[in-house]
Amino acid sequence: MSDQAVSLPLPPATIGREASGPSGPKPRHRFSRRNIFLYGTLIVVALYYLLPLYVMVVTSLKGMPEIRLGNIFSPPLEITFEPWVKAWSKACTGLNCDGLSRGFWNSVRITVPSVILSIAIASVNGYALANWRFKGADTFFVILIVGAFIPYQVMIYPIVIILREIGLYGSLSGLVIVHSIFGMPILTLLFRNYFSSMPEELFRAARVDGAGFWGIYLRIMLPMSLPIFVVAVILQVTGIWNDFLFGVVYTRPDTYPMTVQLNNIVNSVQGVKEYNVNMAATILTGLVPLIVYFLSGKLFVRGIAAGAVKG
Amino acid sequence: MSKSERPNQLFRNLNAKVASIPMILTALVVFVGGTAWTVLYSFTNSKLLPRLNFIGLDQYYRLWSTPRWLVSIENLLIYGVLSLVFSLVIGFILAALLDQKIRFEDTFRTIFLYPFALSFIVTGLVWQWLLNPDFGIQRVVRELGWESFSFNPLYDSSIVIYGISIAALWQGTGLIMCLMLAGLRGIDEDIWKAARVDGIPMWKTYLFIIIPMMRPVFITTLVIIASGIVKVYDLVVAQTSGGPGIASEVPAKYVYDYMFFAQNLGQGFAASTMMLLSVMIVIVPWAYLEFGGRKRV
Repeated sequence: MSDQAVSLPLPPATIGREASGPSGPKPRHRFSRRNIFLYGTLIVVALYYLLPLYVMVVTSLKGMPEIRLGNIFSPPLEITFEPWVKAWSKACTGLNCDGLSRGFWNSVRITVPSVILSIAIASVNGYALANWRFKGADTFFVILIVGAFIPYQVMIYPIVIILREIGLYGSLSGLVIVHSIFGMPILTLLFRNYFSSMPEELFRAARVDGAGFWGIYLRIMLPMSLPIFVVAVILQVTGIWNDFLFGVVYTRPDTYPMTVQLNNIVNSVQGVKEYNVNMAATILTGLVPLIVYFLSGKLFVRGIAAGAVKG
Repeated sequence: MSKSERPNQLFRNLNAKVASIPMILTALVVFVGGTAWTVLYSFTNSKLLPRLNFIGLDQYYRLWSTPRWLVSIENLLIYGVLSLVFSLVIGFILAALLDQKIRFEDTFRTIFLYPFALSFIVTGLVWQWLLNPDFGIQRVVRELGWESFSFNPLYDSSIVIYGISIAALWQGTGLIMCLMLAGLRGIDEDIWKAARVDGIPMWKTYLFIIIPMMRPVFITTLVIIASGIVKVYDLVVAQTSGGPGIASEVPAKYVYDYMFFAQNLGQGFAASTMMLLSVMIVIVPWAYLEFGGRKRV
């Protein structure tokens, strides 16, 4: 366990003393009281965090009779995928009964363009802020960052009016614009900070060679900043996929994103509650961000840290 | 570069200005304009459609005499204090535990953080199921032999907000842990060595040396948690839909319902302006410290 103390390189000054006796911290035992406490706590907490995921999966694989009789933690006696099929293709929201698949494809059609558009805008903008400052740019930037903290509820209705005026209210394109707007503060911050940290000489050399605004962006900045683009994609895919408020405000029932549809399916008051179908639908909705999360590993952490802590 | 070759200032650096148009529009039209618009219309008696028919502070009087709004505010306060205290304490303790040069650090971190990848809707629905009185935790504990065990937050209006807070903490603590861990990693190893040499016990080192050193991290985290608290909406919608009765209503839901269901826009605007005001109380001092004092941007 933590016997890395043994392998600590000794500073030169202590080498002389080595002959006179042992030095350095006492080597710890694998099962010291400290380790039992440490790992014990971590494992208990980890189990707590995993429990809901486990219950979700287990419930979604049981039949309804088994759910009524057994307890939620027991593994399924008879595994059935029926609830998954039903959640995907047959579950009802209101009048249409074609399952979550409709919401899934709506979410895909919302997420993909939103991610591309928001990142395109924010990266160019961050690049302009980092390398091509103009008078007043910083003022707008500060407004943008402070604006990120304004509760969305304050701005949703004016946006409804704007979208209605340009004829996009209720359409997927309207929602894409909304996501691009609200993704802008955090992404611009992310890109601006990243581009600012790149060596200034690089930019100057390209200028001397005659490259312009777009040339430098496309041929130098873009290829050199792929990691930050990946971080931005992770941030946006999970954020937009998980959005509920904008989906419910700016789309109509036939264009509802998956989260809105899921909520309608599970919390619908009519009919018998089918908990296994509900849980299958819940996992299906959570699957995309979960896959992104588990595949991206450290980059996800970097993304949220970049998103959360400025700089 | 220092001398402007062209006489017209507007066209200097034109590409950068073009590239910033979306930012300028968002900042001015949506953030400043939209906010000003909502605040302005909160002084009107707009019902189904926004109308400039000023009635002074009437909407605010009505707001603060509506039981549902008062319940929402009370819930927000309880939820806010619980989120703030517990996510900071748990997040910090988990980060400190992970910082002990343990094995499987990545595994533990992955487990603690995965709920954060899930939406509030998913979180709310899972916890709705776990807290279901007939099938969930309550039944399991009763079946284990503790017959009188009662834990039914989602159907008990006096404690429903705690049931929501449990779900919120499950979802969000991982993020706080990550921020704290980044803060702990930023602390010089020599501090620890010095504290150890002086024989200061570990908990004292954390409490009196490390935490004060992490002040900036704590402030940023505080701002993040606080701005998240005010926004809480989807979690409540998914977990309880505001029920039982109006026991778990929150301000964000009040705003949405009045704007889009009750067709009482004025009330919605007044309520959202109150939300804005509460955020300003947290953000303005912070923004002043961050941007105002020294020119760092």
